[in-house]
Amino acid sequence: MSDTAEYAETAPPGKGDAAPAATGGKASRTPSPWRSRLYRWDIKASPYVFVAPFFLFFGAFGLFPLLYTGWASLHRLELTNLDDSTWLGLDNYTNLLQSEYFWNALGNTFTIGVISTVPQLAVALGIAHLLNYKLRGSMLWRVAMLAPYATSVASASLVFTLLFAWDGGMVNWLIGSVGFDPVNWRESSWGSQFAVSSIVIWRWTGYNALIYLAAMQAVPHDLYESAALDGASRWQQFRHVTIPMLRPTILFTVVVSTIGATQLFGEPLLFGGTAGSKGGADHQFQTLGLYLYDQGWINGHLGRASAVAWLMLVILLLIAAVNMLIARRLRKDR
Amino acid sequence: MRSSTFRRSRRSRRLVAYAATAALATSLLAACSSDDEGGSAGDGKITLNVGTFGVLGLKQAGLYDEYEKSHPNIRIKENVIERNDAYYPKLLTQLQSGAGVNDVAAIEVSNITEVVQTQGAKFEDLGKAKGVKKSTYLDWKWDQATTEDGKTIGLGLDIGPTALCYRKDLFEKAGLPTDREKLAKEWAGDWDKYVALGKKYMEKAPKGTKFVDSAASVYNQVFAGATERYYDKSGKEIYEDSQGRKDAWNAAMKVARGDMSAKLKQFDPTWDQGFANAKFATVACPAWMAGYIQEKTGPEGKGQWDMAKAPTDGNWGGAFLGVPSAGKHKKEATELAVWLSSPEQLAKVFAKQASFPSTPSAYASLKPSPATKAYFNDAPITELYADIAKNIPSAVYGIKDAQIGQSITDIGVLQVEQQGKSPEEGWEAAQKEIKDVLGQ
Repeated sequence: MSDTAEYAETAPPGKGDAAPAATGGKASRTPSPWRSRLYRWDIKASPYVFVAPFFLFFGAFGLFPLLYTGWASLHRLELTNLDDSTWLGLDNYTNLLQSEYFWNALGNTFTIGVISTVPQLAVALGIAHLLNYKLRGSMLWRVAMLAPYATSVASASLVFTLLFAWDGGMVNWLIGSVGFDPVNWRESSWGSQFAVSSIVIWRWTGYNALIYLAAMQAVPHDLYESAALDGASRWQQFRHVTIPMLRPTILFTVVVSTIGATQLFGEPLLFGGTAGSKGGADHQFQTLGLYLYDQGWINGHLGRASAVAWLMLVILLLIAAVNMLIARRLRKDR
Repeated sequence: MRSSTFRRSRRSRRLVAYAATAALATSLLAACSSDDEGGSAGDGKITLNVGTFGVLGLKQAGLYDEYEKSHPNIRIKENVIERNDAYYPKLLTQLQSGAGVNDVAAIEVSNITEVVQTQGAKFEDLGKAKGVKKSTYLDWKWDQATTEDGKTIGLGLDIGPTALCYRKDLFEKAGLPTDREKLAKEWAGDWDKYVALGKKYMEKAPKGTKFVDSAASVYNQVFAGATERYYDKSGKEIYEDSQGRKDAWNAAMKVARGDMSAKLKQFDPTWDQGFANAKFATVACPAWMAGYIQEKTGPEGKGQWDMAKAPTDGNWGGAFLGVPSAGKHKKEATELAVWLSSPEQLAKVFAKQASFPSTPSAYASLKPSPATKAYFNDAPITELYADIAKNIPSAVYGIKDAQIGQSITDIGVLQVEQQGKSPEEGWEAAQKEIKDVLGQ
């Protein structure tokens, strides 16, 4: 920028072509005050124009909803009548903090998040490690890894719902053939959470594995060679070379998965079937996302739903802060 | 000189860039705001969007094709959402924002009171539309969609007179009578008799089958015959003490505690499979369910299903057609809605789908399709439903009927039926849920 700006300011006097400047200088100067002002304005403004679309879209689809949700969370606002709102102050928030459904949803979000994220990332790391070896048809394996991610949430959840059906589902048939009693997956508290996380794990493991694989391929090969020379087994190589080199990537996937887990919505909703937003008869797999939807779109209390949304934002910010602390810690350790 | 041409070309290039950016931005924004579906298409035809949920049968009966043929300037597009609990919030948002509304919108009966009381101003008055006569429709159906100041915002499509459908083959194997008249007599007037028959069924039940699909289905059917529902006439909630609610709850509890239900959740994929695999012997059978059974049980069920009068007659479900005022083609949409809900057209839907019309003048000429009749073992479908329709009690619907009903069936009943909780615990949970729904 500074280059062109300088050029704009110094250009009119005709620097460098002295002869025409001396004779025709006046002629070329006549329009210059207006033109140079336009020009300067042009140079200052054009970058803003170029970035404007982003800000317009951000304003329309990011900032405005955020602020409007904040405003709505302080009012009684019903889906049936958006023109009529009454000021409530922080009532929506205090009601939520006293509601056992909210705490239940928060707890479920946490437990489902943990039992889906931890195995998911561990398995992804293992798969990436395997794919990192020279393999026949490695491209095929990589595409296969990404296939579940490319499946829509709806179809994946529907298939899993059928697999976990308590009567005639494949999972119960399998555990029945080993001699166990069938489990009512949807209506038992741990069973349903396990089923929901299995959908998440199935969909996202391959995606994370590919991210790890990309990071692994950037690890210098000599490290492995020298480790091998030192007599390190493959497992030792994995532990002492791969994992430390992958630390930033792992941190990144943890953050992304945590955000995804906090917003978990589609899988439990569809797993729940009719009235899925309740998250089961005892709300046993109702996540915060489902609770928000239930409050806002089934019960029609948009003000309360907005308060849930804002609390979710606060929770995410807290997680981000904790994460930053850990990341800083890790960096110091090295 | 050189520098000035250089500058000009730079500037003109930049102008082009501005223009391109501006064009891009406006076109993107335009793409967001303009409704690419509705409106007049290039060929001068008007596209009318019809928003529906589930299977209303209008399309299946070929009504859209027929209308397009007689109105060459109209094209009809149906936007279906499978379940009303997803359709209804969308309808409300569209009405509130005025954007993306369907030209004609279906409304389910359990939502009609809320729509009438809170959205009345956002609909056209179909009571005054050309060709509409109040006397064509059942009085109570007409009143349900009419605001206090006399504006009728929806015309009745179907109603849900409710019979009991049962599998003849399973009844036979369990040693129960299979004759529809005999069965109806055996349980007439009392759901306890129905439950008693269920006990008999379970003693000799064919392997892997249960007497009913779900306790919720029993709840809904008993409740469909209630005169006292969740609200009183003044709009106050009375669900705690309502006799209709109590009767329905007690019947459902007996079924759930007596291990007579296949523990399926209605309208789930597994429920559909239950039909196909003959997992249960009886199911509540509002007229609109007949088409559903036929579709989900498939050809193997032909002649196996039969239907009889239930212990009590009632109305479960039904729909209305309204014309949102925010629509682009209100005149054409009104004409279409009036035509679709006229007796002749509803009779065609009945023939195809067995959805029962809300227009009594059509009853004399109703004929189910031979295939449907054969499917239900030649049951006298028309006479049966017409007879039940006559006995439908006039009931007061409330503003949050749908959500209260859902709280009871999907929280309360389900906790007892599938989580093994006591009826007291189930009812307590349902009550708590209802308080949350009502924002108390």
